[in-house]
Amino acid sequence: MSAAAENAPGEAKVIPIESAPSWSSPEGPGLADRLAGAVGGALSGQLGPAATRLFGKGWEARATEGLAFLRRRITGDYEVDEFGFDRELTEEVLLSLLRPLAEKYFRIEVQGIENIPAEGGALVVANHSGTLPLDALMTQVVIHDHHPHHRHLRMLAADLVFVLPGVNEVARKAGHTLACNEDAQALLERGEVVGVWPEGFKGIGKPFSERYKLQRFGRGGFVSSALRAKVPIVPCSIVGAEETYPMIGNVKTLARLLGLPYVPITPTFPWLGPLGMLPLPTKWTIRFGEPIATDGYPAEAADDPMLVFDLADEVRETIQHTLYQLLVQRRSVFF
Amino acid sequence: MGCSTVGVVVLVTGVARHLGARFAAEVRRRPGVDRVVGVDVQPPRLPVEEPDGPAAPYTFHQLDLRRPAVSRVIAEHRVDTVVHLSVSATGLGSTNRSAVKESNVIGTMQLLGACQKASGVRRLVVKSTTGVYGSAPRDPAVFSERMQPKDPPGGGFAKDAAEVEGYVRGFARRRPDVAVTVLRFANIVGPGADTPLSEYFALPVLPTVLGYDPRLQFVHEDDAVAVLCRAVDEPEPGTVNIGTFNVAGEGVLLLSQCARRLGRPTVPLLLPAISWMASLARQTRLVDVSPEQLRLLTHGRVVDTARLREVFGYRPAFTTPEAFADLAAAQGPGLLPPERLSAVTDRLAALLGPEAPAAVTAAVPNRPHRPRS
Repeated sequence: MSAAAENAPGEAKVIPIESAPSWSSPEGPGLADRLAGAVGGALSGQLGPAATRLFGKGWEARATEGLAFLRRRITGDYEVDEFGFDRELTEEVLLSLLRPLAEKYFRIEVQGIENIPAEGGALVVANHSGTLPLDALMTQVVIHDHHPHHRHLRMLAADLVFVLPGVNEVARKAGHTLACNEDAQALLERGEVVGVWPEGFKGIGKPFSERYKLQRFGRGGFVSSALRAKVPIVPCSIVGAEETYPMIGNVKTLARLLGLPYVPITPTFPWLGPLGMLPLPTKWTIRFGEPIATDGYPAEAADDPMLVFDLADEVRETIQHTLYQLLVQRRSVFF
Repeated sequence: MGCSTVGVVVLVTGVARHLGARFAAEVRRRPGVDRVVGVDVQPPRLPVEEPDGPAAPYTFHQLDLRRPAVSRVIAEHRVDTVVHLSVSATGLGSTNRSAVKESNVIGTMQLLGACQKASGVRRLVVKSTTGVYGSAPRDPAVFSERMQPKDPPGGGFAKDAAEVEGYVRGFARRRPDVAVTVLRFANIVGPGADTPLSEYFALPVLPTVLGYDPRLQFVHEDDAVAVLCRAVDEPEPGTVNIGTFNVAGEGVLLLSQCARRLGRPTVPLLLPAISWMASLARQTRLVDVSPEQLRLLTHGRVVDTARLREVFGYRPAFTTPEAFADLAAAQGPGLLPPERLSAVTDRLAALLGPEAPAAVTAAVPNRPHRPRS
């Protein structure tokens, strides 16, 4: 974790160059070469000590690492899996960008991380809230950072995510995929930790007055997937996300016009403009509960609707109870 | 079955194209093959070279599959194995879309009709495409053979292929004694492959769709030929070569990654702008970028090849990145060759101090730089 945090200054320099399409001029290599010479010369000369003061000791090694990363990125020498998950980009860039939000801004307290298995598949089922899926992103960060094996959470996201340009690209690279049985099955069978938010838009877009009240869990397709793959279900309760964007209104007409599930009105949005997009700095707690084993059921259990509903209810009840527990223990929304 | 007593006579359609010609040459060398008959609307561009070593005799018939003439050829040579490779995205000579569609669909119907009448036909192999799955944002990430696309291809070559597969399934029902194999190939690449996607990658600057980075899969033409040959032979013990199989190299490349490996800069454009450019390019016959190809370059497509490996019993020799490397090598360096870019970063690293080069290798212990031959 600390190593990753140390990487941050290196990356801050790396990202813009990597994504800059302006390198496409035919002069590119020659120009870049001269640029390299100039920067290198300056750093080895007077700027060297200044850089040491600015970035701390050992910045050369980190810069070298950053350059090796840059080299792999610009030459395309990295791997993505079948779902488009770019492990290197996720670890070096995306998680580094989200980490300050998790650690400094929301000061997330993580409980029960040991309930996520060290290896093999698992299905993390969590409550959804907060207008924007920040809770999902934060869960990904904390599982990676707090789990001893730094496991990556592969989320099942709404199809809206994969329709939006830009968003779909980043979501795929961060390892997420469409919430459908085929993808859930495939990921669980590959032994990944899969995250699902079964409340969907009903949960994330619910009014502030209904905070911490779990919505319906859909058809419980996630239970069938876990039963088929015989992986444990880990209930996950997230407290604090509800208050990041308290939704006090919903512009339904505009939402229909834009094809969005809702257009929120919060105490700050849209009144303060872009500033209103800033989430409130609430204090979060994420608790992973006791895993619910699914390997004891017969093979045809996944097609038994009663059993699937029962299990889904059990998971839902567990999350709801844990939420109430955590809320009772909470001192304040912000501290 | 009969292949040990009576030799196999193989009819190959679409031999004027690169893949057809390569397959026809390869299958002549297979033991047990008695004769290979090639048909196409026009003679091959390159003269048929005589393979060294023992090879079955080869006959070429110039005929249009849309006419029933193929029936005579099947009867004349007593063909027992039909390999249908002429279903293709582009027409030979004519680029008229309706002519291409007619030759794909009507040609297949005529061929299947001829096969149905010929009692000697025992085996049918059809080249299809993974395009039949379409590419849409709401589809599962990885297609297996049994999945139905949520958004089936609405037109173009992929729709032709889907229709062709429909007729082939009908044929398989009417002639249950014929072993039918449908091979859904991912984009075939290789130094000689003349597919529209290699035309796209030959552009000096690659237009891409802003906000999308599609996942692509490739299969090397060597693997394509090898899979076709296996489909023609009797299956090896423990494997089955009847049914539908996805054929693709292992692994996935993103379009951005392809561009970087080729050393080609990309120009991200808004989807409407790029659609307009593509139709303009089509009309001016500059580059042929079909709407379905544009969809592929927007949403991408990945297929599951477990059945190919486990049931069919073939593991492609080239992974997707390796197959693509072969294409890249054949295309020559782009504007931003990866070698020169890495030379720049290496020089920068060297400037950071004497211990720096060691740090480079230490930082990437398990990522050896893949040589691109």
